[in-house]
Amino acid sequence: MNALHPPALTGGEVYRIHWVLGTDRLLAVCHCGAEHEFEDPVDVWEWLLAHPDGHRPFDDPAGRDPGEEAP
Amino acid sequence: MTAFVRNQWYVAAYAHEVGRDLLGRTILGEPILLYRTEDGRPVALADRCVHRRFPLSEKPSRLDGDRVVCGYHGFTYGTDGVCVSVPAQRRIPRTARLATYPVVEQDSFVWVWIGDREPGDTLPPRAPWLDSSDHTVVCGMEPLDADYGLLVDNLLDLSHETYLHGGYIGTPEVAETPITTEVDDKSGVVYVSRHMDDAECPPFYAKSTGIAGRITRWQDIEYHAPCLYLLHSRIAPVGAPGPNPDGSDPHAFHVEVVYGITPSTEKTTYDFWAVARDFALDDQRVSDFLRENNHTVVMQDVVALNVLQKALDTEKPGYQELSINIDTGGLAARRILARMAAENAAPAEAGVR
Ligand code: FES
Ligand SMILES: [Fe+2]
Ligand SMILES: [Zn+2]
Repeated sequence: MNALHPPALTGGEVYRIHWVLGTDRLLAVCHCGAEHEFEDPVDVWEWLLAHPDGHRPFDDPAGRDPGEEAP
Repeated sequence: MTAFVRNQWYVAAYAHEVGRDLLGRTILGEPILLYRTEDGRPVALADRCVHRRFPLSEKPSRLDGDRVVCGYHGFTYGTDGVCVSVPAQRRIPRTARLATYPVVEQDSFVWVWIGDREPGDTLPPRAPWLDSSDHTVVCGMEPLDADYGLLVDNLLDLSHETYLHGGYIGTPEVAETPITTEVDDKSGVVYVSRHMDDAECPPFYAKSTGIAGRITRWQDIEYHAPCLYLLHSRIAPVGAPGPNPDGSDPHAFHVEVVYGITPSTEKTTYDFWAVARDFALDDQRVSDFLRENNHTVVMQDVVALNVLQKALDTEKPGYQELSINIDTGGLAARRILARMAAENAAPAEAGVR
């Protein structure tokens, strides 16, 4: 057997949303590297699409509310 | 209603459906006539005679060589849509011409381009397993009495397997598996992966693949908005090596489920489904099982979505829904479809008036 198995998306502007195992939370990761956890997929999309508003260029383990002013 | 996305390729038919009989399909509200020339080339023309609008796909319309003869008064058209003869007179009106549609035959489908500009270099997304000697394929098409958006919603969330398809494709592990959704907005692709590391092997797969013991089971959805949906299903014994960087994956068994999602009218959709596998290639019982099983599953979705459409028809505009985690991929698809539809609105709709 030698089947095609395409890799997952590799483009430059890919949004990723991980459903955190064992929880009800969604971890949204923007293509800029910013991350934020949510409990509702509608909020996830609001935040992702607001890029760069409320996004930081690197991971932000503390998590910040969407819309919060950048320091 | 989910807006249509123009300037796209859509699956109009399976290649084997297009032959020397006249076939009519309505795609994005446009009636289209399909047939094959004597030398095997697929042709797509407007399916309405310019004279009194008789459908050219309906009897007694017929082919005369590569020409189409209208069954009502005999207007005759070439493969370029130009009318070459009209009854009882020599002069053929200059405007007697059928619209033609760009056609591509690829991966066992006949694709038709619906749009206001030419496709240029744009080709339809690929489903190479359907036309490959390394795979065996079963397939079908079910007409759906629902908005194509309901089918997209349905296919992007596999958690409905447990309920709507209980006993057919749902497995208990499905509910306990992490899901990652990836969205490439620009190219209009949504990818939803669900990788089960240690699952029970369903008896059908144990028998047809020879796997004894537990399996890793991957279900990766790849949706190319608006027209093509792929479900890559991978099964391997626990502990077997994963796929190679070049895409080869000799230690696993693969089932590729393909859906051509073709909006017909605002509330009807062609649901093309195909299942390709790379194991037990010559085993007719495996083919029979996969055909029967997938047809049952498709029909369960069709029946449910027809019911849902009827219910939605009675709702007031702006009715409320509630989205939860399982809807992450579906919400992404809806957004992409809305954006694509807005960018490709028909000129009349996009006009200033
Ligand atoms: S309607 Fe076709 S020839 Fe009259
Ligand atoms: Fe389903
Ligand atoms: Zn960002």
